[in-house]
Amino acid sequence: MYDVIIIGAGVTGCAVARYLSRYQGKMLVLERAEDVCCGTSKANSAIIHAGFDAAHGSLMAEMNVRGNRMVPQLARDLDFPFQMNGSLVVCMSEEDMPRLRALYENGVKNGVERLEIVDSKRLHEMEPNVSKNAVAALWAPTGGIVCPFNMTIALAENAYANGVEFRFNTKVTGFTRGSGCWTIHTDGGDFQTRYVVNAAGVYADVLHNMVSEERKLHITPRRGDYCLLDKQTGGFVSHTVFQLPGKLGKGVLVSPTVHGNIIVGPTAIDIEDRDGTNTTAAGLDDLIAKAGISVDNLPIRQTITSFAGLRAHEDHHEFVIGEVGDAPGFIDCAGIESPGLTSAPAIGETVAELLREKMGLAEKENFIATRKGLLDPKTLSREEYQALIRENPAYGQIICRCEQVTEGEIIDAIRRPLGARSLDGVKRRTRAGMGRCQAGFCSPRVMEILARELGVSQAEITKCGGASRLIVGVNKDSIGEVREG
Amino acid sequence: MKYEIAIIGGGPAGLAAAIAAYDAGCRSILILERDNQLGGILNQCIHNGFGLHTFGEELTGPEYAARFAKQVLDRGIEYKLNTMVLSISEDKKITAVNRTDGLIEIEATAVILAMGCRERSRGALNIPGFRPAGIYSAGTAQRLVNIEGFLPGRRVVILGSGDIGLIMARRMTLEGAKVLVVAELMPYSGGLKRNIVQCLNDFDIPLKLSHTVVDIQGRERVTGVTIAEVGPDRKPIPGTEIHYDCDTLLLSCGLLPENELSRGMGVTISPVTNGPVVDESLQTNIPGVFAAGNVLHVHDLVDFVSEEAAAAGRAAARYLEQGAQSGAGEINVTFEGGPRYTVPASIDPKRVSDDLVIRFRVGGVMKNRRVRLYLDDEVVVSRKRPVMAPGEMEELKLTKEALAAHPDLKRIHIAVEEA
Amino acid sequence: MEKRELTCIGCPLGCAITVTLDGGEVKDIVGFTCKRGKEYARKEVTNPTRIVTSTVRLVGSKTGACVVSCKTAQDIPKGKIFAVTAALKDVIAAAPVNIGDVLLKDVAGTGVDIVATKAVR
Repeated sequence: MYDVIIIGAGVTGCAVARYLSRYQGKMLVLERAEDVCCGTSKANSAIIHAGFDAAHGSLMAEMNVRGNRMVPQLARDLDFPFQMNGSLVVCMSEEDMPRLRALYENGVKNGVERLEIVDSKRLHEMEPNVSKNAVAALWAPTGGIVCPFNMTIALAENAYANGVEFRFNTKVTGFTRGSGCWTIHTDGGDFQTRYVVNAAGVYADVLHNMVSEERKLHITPRRGDYCLLDKQTGGFVSHTVFQLPGKLGKGVLVSPTVHGNIIVGPTAIDIEDRDGTNTTAAGLDDLIAKAGISVDNLPIRQTITSFAGLRAHEDHHEFVIGEVGDAPGFIDCAGIESPGLTSAPAIGETVAELLREKMGLAEKENFIATRKGLLDPKTLSREEYQALIRENPAYGQIICRCEQVTEGEIIDAIRRPLGARSLDGVKRRTRAGMGRCQAGFCSPRVMEILARELGVSQAEITKCGGASRLIVGVNKDSIGEVREG
Repeated sequence: MKYEIAIIGGGPAGLAAAIAAYDAGCRSILILERDNQLGGILNQCIHNGFGLHTFGEELTGPEYAARFAKQVLDRGIEYKLNTMVLSISEDKKITAVNRTDGLIEIEATAVILAMGCRERSRGALNIPGFRPAGIYSAGTAQRLVNIEGFLPGRRVVILGSGDIGLIMARRMTLEGAKVLVVAELMPYSGGLKRNIVQCLNDFDIPLKLSHTVVDIQGRERVTGVTIAEVGPDRKPIPGTEIHYDCDTLLLSCGLLPENELSRGMGVTISPVTNGPVVDESLQTNIPGVFAAGNVLHVHDLVDFVSEEAAAAGRAAARYLEQGAQSGAGEINVTFEGGPRYTVPASIDPKRVSDDLVIRFRVGGVMKNRRVRLYLDDEVVVSRKRPVMAPGEMEELKLTKEALAAHPDLKRIHIAVEEA
Repeated sequence: MEKRELTCIGCPLGCAITVTLDGGEVKDIVGFTCKRGKEYARKEVTNPTRIVTSTVRLVGSKTGACVVSCKTAQDIPKGKIFAVTAALKDVIAAAPVNIGDVLLKDVAGTGVDIVATKAVR
C-alpha cells in the first residue's frame, strides 16, 4: 500500500513528487512512457513566465508568479540550466496600446515586479531585430528561459534520491475506490494507495472523469508547432519576444534558449487526438508567417528541427488543483497548460502541503535538498577538464559533434538513477543529437553505447521506448523469404 | 605541439592534401581525424565507382581510402584518430581533444580545412508529420548497413535523389529490403545519371520527380509516408497524394559543408556553396588557411576531391616557403548564363604556378550548351555540353600558358551559352 | 531494326548512347565518348553485367567489426545479382581479412570470386 501515487512524470508530477519527498511516506510515480518528460513537458516554449498574462485573481496567476520566484533558487539547488533573460511583449500598432497597458496593469496586480512599458527607441536598443514597426513593448525583467528536460529530470532525480519510486511503461486504465484507499488499475497490474495525484497532462480529464460525477472536466489538446534554429542564429534576440495579442491574432514568440538556439512558436491548433504531436504543413506555414510579424529578417531557413507539443487546455482556461469533491483522496493537477512549466514548483509545493495536512505527514530528517546534474566538461577550466580526462578517458571522446557531447556524459546519463534508456532519453539529458545534424552522425554511436551499458543488443535499442526500435534486423536476414526486385 | 601544417580531417581530402604537402617538401604535418580510422566517409561507401580518374580502375570506397591511407603511412605522416577539433583561433592555434592526450593545443603555420560535409536533416527540411523511429538520413543508414551490418528498415521510401539516396536504394534492396519509391522535389534528379540507371532502373525502383513528402505517420516507428506532386512553386498540389505503407523514410536531400570551425576562426563563407571563399591557391581570406574537398564545395566524385586537396596541400607547402603573397593582383572570376559559383572565386595570375582547374555548378538543367572561358575578350577554353545539371559538377582547365599569354589580364569570365 | 537508348554507367559523364540492333545483332553504336563507353553499350544490349558490392558476416575481429565489405572480383551477369547476394547470406569470414582476400569462390556459379574490399584486424 502506497501513501501517494502520482500519475504522470511530466514536470507537474515530478514537481509534486519532489516536494512531497520531503515528507515520510511510501510514494510512487506511474508513467505510461518509458522516461520522465515525454509529453507536454518536452515540447513547449521553455519559458519561465513573469506572470503578467494570467488573469488577476486566477489560480493560474498565483501559481505563475509564485513559481517564477521559486525557479531561480530551484535551478541552483537542482542544477538545471536557467537564465533570467527577461521578456518583451511587443505592441505593433498604436491602436493596440490600450491592450498593452491593460497587460501591464494585470501584471502589476498579479505582483510581477519591475514591469515597465518601454518606447520604440528603448525597445530597439534592447532588441535591434524587433520589427521596425513595433511601437512599444511591455518589459518584464523577471521572465526567464529554462531547459525543460533537465528541469523535469532534476525534479524526478531528486525525488528518487529521497525515496520516491518510479514505474515507467505503465498506463493507468481505471480506479476502484475502497474505504480510505484507492486501487489504481494499470496495464502492469494493480496498485493500492491512500491518495492519488492526477498529473496526467492531456489525459487528466479522462482520469478525473473516471472518478467524479459531480464535476466533469474537459481538456482540449491544443497543439503548438515550433521551429528550432541553428546556434549560428544565437543572439538574434536576447530576450524572449512575445507578440501582444492583437488584430493580427495571438501571435508567436521568438526567444533564445538556454543552450544558445533560437526557438520560434507556438501555433495554437485545437485537435481531438491526445497524442497528436505531428506537425502539419499548414501549422508550420502559419508559424513561419506569424513569426515574421514581431521581428525583422528572422533566419527561419536556419531551422534545424520542427516539432509540436500539446497544451492541456481546460475549457475555463484555469488550473484545476485540489481534491475532487466527490472523490476523497483523489487530487487533481489538471488543465496545466502554459504557464505550467513556470508554475510547476508552486503546484508541487501546494499539492505537497495539501497532502501533508490531510495525511499528517512528518518531515524527513535526512531530506536531500540538492541534486547535481550531469557533469558538462564545457563548464570546466582547461586544467579541470584535463584532469577529468585523465581520470575518465571517456570524457575525451566526443560522440555528438554538433553539441560536442562526450562519451563520458552519455555514460553518466545512462548510469545515473532514473537513467536514459533510449536515444531520446540520452538526447534530453545530454543534448547528443540535438544539434544541427539532428543525430545523423551520432545516433549509431549512441546506440552502441546504450547497448553496451544496458547489456542488450543494438536491435533492442529504441528511439523513445515501445515499438520505436531503430533497427529491424541484420543484413540479408530476409533473403530467401522475400524475393522482390 | 607545433606543426608546419595541420590538416583538419583524415578523409579523402585530408589524406590527399597531406601526401601532396609531403611530396612538396613539408615534413611537419599532422592530420587530425575524429573517427577511429583514416578515410572518412569513404569507409562506409562500399559501392564501386571510385578511382577511375585517379587510378584508372574502379574501386570501392574502402579500397580507394586504403590506397591513400597507405601513402600517408608510407611517408610516415603523423595523424591522430578519435580526435575532435573543438576550435581553431584566427592565429591558427588548434584546440582538440581525445581520450589519450586529453586536451591538446597545436600551433600550426598553415591549416588545411578538410572537414567534409553533413547531410541536410529532416528538421532542416521542415517535413511535417510525427517524429517516430525509422527516419534516417541516407548516410546514417549507409553506416548502419555497411559498417555495422544492421538493417534500419524493410519497406523504404526515399526522399531526395542525391547520390547517397540512390546508392542506398540499391544497398537496401540487395540486403533484402523493399524500396518502394524515390521522391524528388525538383523536376530533375540531384544525383548522377549513372546512379539512376544502376541503382534504380536495374531494380525497377520508381523515381518520382517533382514530388515531396507531405506527411509521416507512426508514433513509435514509421508506419507510412504520404508523398504528393509539387507545382512549379514546389508546393504540394492537393489531390495528388500517394500513400505508402512503410517502416522507413530515408532522406537524401543535399549535403552541407561543415564549416562551424571555419566560421569560428573568421573564415569568410560563401552563401552559395556554404564553403569558404578561396583564391587560386584554395586559400581562404586568412593567409595560410586553405580548404579542399566537400568542406569547400560538395563534390560528386572523390577523384576530384583528391585532386583539389592535393592542390591545397601543394599550396600550403608553398606558403611555408614563401609566406603570404600579396593579393593585389586578384581578379574575381565572373560568370553568366548558368553557373552559381566558381571555385576558386578569384585568381591572381602572378601567383599561379600550375595549371588551374575551375569548378562550378549550374542552377538548373540546361541542354545544348557551350561553356566558354574568357581571358579578357579571348576565348581560351570552349567546350560543348549536351546536358548540364545541378547534380553534376563542371570543370574547366585554365593553363598557366594561357595566363602567361595575358600579362595585363583584367577579366576572367565563364559564359554558358546556347550551343 | 531496333534502337536502344542507354546511359553509360562507366563514369560520371553518363553519356547518352544509342545502340542499333538487328535481330539481336549490334549494328551501330553512337554517342559514346570513350572506348569503355562503346564496350559498355555493346555488353549492355547483349549480356548486361554488374559489379556487386555487399557485406558478409565477420567473426574474430579485434576491432569489434561484425561485417566486412566485399565485391565480385569481376562483373557478373545482371540477372545473377540476387543469386549472388543470396549466396553471401551464409558466408562467414574470419578476421584478420585483407583487401583482395577471396571470401567465396565462384559465387552462384558465375565463375567469379567474392573478395574483401576492406582490411580488418
